[in-house]
Amino acid sequence: MSDSVGESARLEIRALEVQVEGKQILSGIDLSIPRGEVHALMGPNGAGKTSLGYAVMGHPKYEVTGGDVLWKGRSLLGMLPEARARMGLFLSLQYPTAIPGVTTVNFLRAALKGQGKELPARQFLDLIRKEVAALKMDPSFMSRYINDNFSGGEKKRMEIVQLAVLRPEMAILDETDSGLDVDALRTVADGVNRVRRDGMGILIITHYQRILDYVVPDRVHVMAAGRVVASGGGELVDRIEKDGYDPILREAGVEQGVAAVSAGSPG
Amino acid sequence: MAVAAKDLTKDYKYGFNDGDEFVFRSERGLSPEVVADISRRKGEPSWMLEFRLKALEHFRQRPMPTWGADLSGIDFDDIYYYVRPAEEQGRTWDEVPEGIKRTFDRLGIPDAERKFLAGVSAQYESEVVYHSIRADLESQGVLFADCDTGLREHPEIFRKYFGTVIPPNDNKFAALNSAVWSGGSFVYVPRGVRVEIPLQAYFRINIESMGQFERTLIIAEEGSFVHYIEGCTAPTYSKDSLHSAVVEIIAMPHAHVRYTTIQNWSNNVYNLVTKRAIAKEHAVVEWIDGNLGSKVTMKYPSIYLMGEGAHGEVLSVAFAGDGQHQDAGAKVIHVAPNTTSTIVSKSVSKGTGRTSYRGHLKVYPKAYGVRSSVRCDALLLDEKARSDTYPYMDVEAEDVQIGHEASVSKVGDEQLFYLQSRGISEAEATAMIVNGFIEPFVKELPMEYALELNRLITLQMEGSVG
Repeated sequence: MSDSVGESARLEIRALEVQVEGKQILSGIDLSIPRGEVHALMGPNGAGKTSLGYAVMGHPKYEVTGGDVLWKGRSLLGMLPEARARMGLFLSLQYPTAIPGVTTVNFLRAALKGQGKELPARQFLDLIRKEVAALKMDPSFMSRYINDNFSGGEKKRMEIVQLAVLRPEMAILDETDSGLDVDALRTVADGVNRVRRDGMGILIITHYQRILDYVVPDRVHVMAAGRVVASGGGELVDRIEKDGYDPILREAGVEQGVAAVSAGSPG
Repeated sequence: MAVAAKDLTKDYKYGFNDGDEFVFRSERGLSPEVVADISRRKGEPSWMLEFRLKALEHFRQRPMPTWGADLSGIDFDDIYYYVRPAEEQGRTWDEVPEGIKRTFDRLGIPDAERKFLAGVSAQYESEVVYHSIRADLESQGVLFADCDTGLREHPEIFRKYFGTVIPPNDNKFAALNSAVWSGGSFVYVPRGVRVEIPLQAYFRINIESMGQFERTLIIAEEGSFVHYIEGCTAPTYSKDSLHSAVVEIIAMPHAHVRYTTIQNWSNNVYNLVTKRAIAKEHAVVEWIDGNLGSKVTMKYPSIYLMGEGAHGEVLSVAFAGDGQHQDAGAKVIHVAPNTTSTIVSKSVSKGTGRTSYRGHLKVYPKAYGVRSSVRCDALLLDEKARSDTYPYMDVEAEDVQIGHEASVSKVGDEQLFYLQSRGISEAEATAMIVNGFIEPFVKELPMEYALELNRLITLQMEGSVG
């Protein structure tokens, strides 16, 4: 990363309100994540965590009805997802989509080209080979159709391969830990820590604390019912692990189960 | 059909024509006199004239098919049935007329010639004008000529097989082709000979309202192998053209024939083709069939598995854009025991395009131990796009295993978003999804055809979104 980690290299979510098909999903989210920091976003199912990721990345189904999302001081609203990616943003999906007939290599080549970061063929293939190996995946995944007939865990690893190859400046990782066994979780966490060392900003969306044992966050936020109800440090993670979400939600005056839609894929 | 030429040219990259450089053209319309005239000009033996006239009679008696696509736009009286572009067949590239060369240049024929030193048989209008056969093919005894030459120079082989797989009374359009056929390829591969390099032919229609009725006959003797590639493009005109070909394949025991087609007719062409193969004991026949363009296509490559242990495969792709109807499919007839077949059909519909899969799988009573799998996948790119599946199965034997799977999908918002979120534009993402969808087909093609097809798909996607 050539430019400095200045005040502007920051993802600013300001009073963000989002609707899906007329239903209010997010009701005034404020978050500020500078590049170089890792934030965790926790919360019960249906809190709106996944929706926040989609809204920041510009999924057309998520309509911003209030507030703003800024990256490096520039509003992202109205921008196509590809434009946001080209500005250095990345979203790792909870349920990555299969594109039958498109190999991992061709997918990544098109992505790098789309972002104006094409590499010479040899260097490009070496890079993918290295990252696939780092995620403890068989080299055959390079020529397999992306996410097609991958297991849940393989899809998650492939998201981290993409993260490492595309090297965004700010990444949102949506439940990258879900469905992974302990060894796989370790491998994925190692991958995240490697890119973290390069100064990437990361927002880890998770339901459980366990990935945060490996990727220790600088800040922790708790979401419920479309709002951020608590922010703090590692102590919040410990508290959730011990007592669950209920006490925090009660303190914030949020009743469970009021969230408009359940978290997960928008499909 | 009043479609302005400029409208067609807009989305058809081969929409050019270099003027009519024909030498002889029959009068419009069809009559015994026109048929006799064609036969006389070709200097054919009397049995062929009789064959043609009988076929014409079948054609006249046969009603238009009422199933499948809408054919009401065809006016048989407004078509030229025979056009001969140049006096003699070109033997070398230098002898090919300039105007024709220009057309081939734009289609990349000289490149194909350089790359494939095997015979390039390029059909321009109704006659093959350029034709070369690599010396070692000749030394192996392989015959590769246009069909008229096959009749003239190899009458015994020709007459023995011609019209035996698809008789003139098979269907209305086979009858029409039998009456007025001209050009096409004749391939004969002797026993045990493997033709390592694909034999290629390029077909092209270049005169308004001219029907093209080529006829291809491939005979693969016992234990031989041949791959024949047919690629078609046509320039655009404001009048509908008719293309009605007949392709017959005979695969003797243990022979292997692969027939690859990529057709990209301009979108005013009625493309009504009968393709059929006979596979004897342990023979393998594969139809790799790609249909882009045309106004209407009706084509169902067939394989008759006549000998025990024979295997047939049909792998097809159809792409229907605005106003186009691709009614395509496959037909496999299991006559003998322990025969196997695979049908994979992929279709893409864009705009108001319509694709239909029409399949017929038949297993005769004595054909025990048959295994067959049929898979059809349709991809719809727009709300108005349409896809239908008509899989007919007729199984009269016991002890058979038949699988059938069908799917219809839309280019999903989630797939598009996923690609876009990685920095890929929406148009490119759509092309990637479509190219990915037809990848199982594309990977069976020789490299330059695969590249060309991917390029055509990408061109088709331009402006379709955003």
